[in-house]
Amino acid sequence: MQVPPRRLDRASGAGTLPGSAPVAFTEPVTEGRHRHPMTVTHADYRLSQLDQLEAESIHIFREVAAEFEKPVLMFSGGKDSIVMMRLAEKAFYPAKIPFPVLQVDTGYDFPEVLETRDNWVNRLGTRLIVASVEQAIADGVVVDDGKTSRNRLQIGTLLHAIEEEGFTAAFGGGRRDEEKARAKERVYSHRDDFGQWDPKNQRPELWSLYNGRIHGGEHMRVFPLSNWTELDIWHYLAQEQVEIPSIYYSHQRRVFLRDGMLLSESEHNPCKPGEEVVEKTVRFRTVGDLTLTGCVESEADTIEKIIEEIAVARVTERGATRGDDRFSEAAMEDRKKEGYF
Amino acid sequence: MAADQDNETGSTQHTLDELGVGSMDLLRFATAGSVDDGKSTLIGRLLLDSKAIFEDQLEAVEATSQSKGYDYTDLALLTDGLRSEREQGITIDVAYRYFATPSRKFIIADTPGHVQYTRNMVTGASTADLGLVLVDARQGLTEQSRRHAVLLSLLRVPHMVLAINKMDLVDYDQAVFDRIHREFTSFATKLSIPDLEVIPISALKGDNVVTRSEHMPWYQGSSLMHHLENVHVASDRDLIDARLPVQYVVRPKSDEFHDYRGYAGQVAGGVFKPGDEVIVLPSGLTSRIAGIDLFDREVAEAFPPMSVTLRLEDDVDVSRGDMIARVKNAPKPSQDIDAMVCWMTNKPLQPRQKLAIKHTTRTGRALVKDVQYRLDVNTLHRDQDAGELGLNEIGRVQLRTTVPLLCDPYAKNRTTGSFILIDEATGVTVGAGMIT
Repeated sequence: MQVPPRRLDRASGAGTLPGSAPVAFTEPVTEGRHRHPMTVTHADYRLSQLDQLEAESIHIFREVAAEFEKPVLMFSGGKDSIVMMRLAEKAFYPAKIPFPVLQVDTGYDFPEVLETRDNWVNRLGTRLIVASVEQAIADGVVVDDGKTSRNRLQIGTLLHAIEEEGFTAAFGGGRRDEEKARAKERVYSHRDDFGQWDPKNQRPELWSLYNGRIHGGEHMRVFPLSNWTELDIWHYLAQEQVEIPSIYYSHQRRVFLRDGMLLSESEHNPCKPGEEVVEKTVRFRTVGDLTLTGCVESEADTIEKIIEEIAVARVTERGATRGDDRFSEAAMEDRKKEGYF
Repeated sequence: MAADQDNETGSTQHTLDELGVGSMDLLRFATAGSVDDGKSTLIGRLLLDSKAIFEDQLEAVEATSQSKGYDYTDLALLTDGLRSEREQGITIDVAYRYFATPSRKFIIADTPGHVQYTRNMVTGASTADLGLVLVDARQGLTEQSRRHAVLLSLLRVPHMVLAINKMDLVDYDQAVFDRIHREFTSFATKLSIPDLEVIPISALKGDNVVTRSEHMPWYQGSSLMHHLENVHVASDRDLIDARLPVQYVVRPKSDEFHDYRGYAGQVAGGVFKPGDEVIVLPSGLTSRIAGIDLFDREVAEAFPPMSVTLRLEDDVDVSRGDMIARVKNAPKPSQDIDAMVCWMTNKPLQPRQKLAIKHTTRTGRALVKDVQYRLDVNTLHRDQDAGELGLNEIGRVQLRTTVPLLCDPYAKNRTTGSFILIDEATGVTVGAGMIT
């Protein structure tokens, strides 16, 4: 038998942990199987909006794990996919995450990001599948014509990996606040035999009743972070104190200016005539193909400083630093239809 | 304030506390209005004035407005997402928008107002705490604004705002406002709208959107934003009738947690506490709650909308689709379901039709026994001779299900009272049901 958890005075607000619910410590639970034998109480049965988002996302993870034969989590190493990993960890604790993690390796990934990916996968003891764009090019799955970006080549590589492994549901870290096309996408986003999204023919999605029906060959993209904003992601990372790639924090980097974006110096991204490499104090707001992902000048070297910076930022994260979204106003919509994340 | 007590990560917490993250709550609202009621402009204004619109988005919209030769920046362009919508200049699907003020985060389900898109409105309203209906002050109430109010009432959206827009075009005339207000309240007596606020605004000029308008001194109420920030939604949940639909059984099968068996789910109603005597449905077996886990912590209580894992004292058989409730307050399992159904596909709903049904975490099949009447959402007339429901029609339907549903009336609990119907051949969601 356990010692019944002692209720604290709800009204006092003592031990309030900002960013989450009020937390009160109690006597250790005798069974001792929990790492943190503490009791959480909530004033007035209210949850903060961040706790509500967490609860909604955990519900989605559990729904998919229960209803799909072969789910997979698409993990880029970026902050959104790290929040997904954290939510998946919470959804099934103390069991391990009941699905593998898939990363599409563009060959142009930041080494810091791969390191974080490996640390997460090792800590959670989950299986990592790497789908390599280079390998896909070598195998003739996708064609590198020298003009197509690695981000674009990821689409074919990803769809091939999903088909090859027979995944029926793939979790993606997309958020509706990112972009206008995403604002209309469902949490469960149905993909046809060709992995395509049909924005005009989406299934209605009501209450929290998700429809996971698919036919053979089709799969479902699932977006558990649909209702999170960029700021929510950072608040959550600050609250959870989990590892994110170091390139999100301010650091010294050799960069050059191209199309109004600061890009990292790299063997994969040779400078064109007239482009000059300079050292600056920068950080990245998003993480992707390093030939297309720009950084911003920033002194923010802690999550708290990043949050302050974002709270006053006046340019969307994609608009500021993602070359792949800038080609046309409908760029994201086009790539999504083809089967992009 | 409590940052000093939690020494591990004190500095972080202090900053987060200052940012007010811990106390910020959430309001989900659905907007409805006709194409010309200025809904997109209003949303654009809310986003702009709450600084949820970024420079690059505004610049893109200003550039487009100029190239189209408009006299002013068309804020509606901010929210028209898909290319076909931009081309047609109309909103065709539910889109979700986000903004926040220091005290609240808002999720807007922005739904189109045309006749043929009732299903989108129902979709948007299904998760909303508040429904915002726009009318054009020059037009007054239209068939569509009445329909929107009916749908919000049917979906049991607890709060409603009727925003009378384009007041600038009627010289901010109180008589116009009063007439529409009166007309609406008389219509609304037939509906279930527990909380109604009527606000005169001009989305284009910004009157009464964020700040009180100087042009309408006769209006004593709140601005729209002030109302959205302060409307009380915490009491809308059912905190009496404890319901936990079991989503997933957590069995780690590891050395450390060898005997762990937890029932994971999102609390749909009421409050669960360790020691509570509970019943598992449909089996009817009873046990006590041994503990409630939230990740690696134990919690003293679980209430909606928390996602938790319950452990029971006895080794009873519980699986996905079961419902955990209190022994003396449990839903009655039933295979005969009466519901209001909104039909969402071209092929009509007819008696003898077989469909898949998903209710909480339970799925089964359903046979349509009878379409009792079709509701005319404009006149509230019940057509008992209809016999079937077409696309975007709503009516009362009798179903017989293959598995017992563990349900409550929708009016009592929007989670345990709702279901979706799925076409078994195509896999598409074709109906939304609210149990009566």
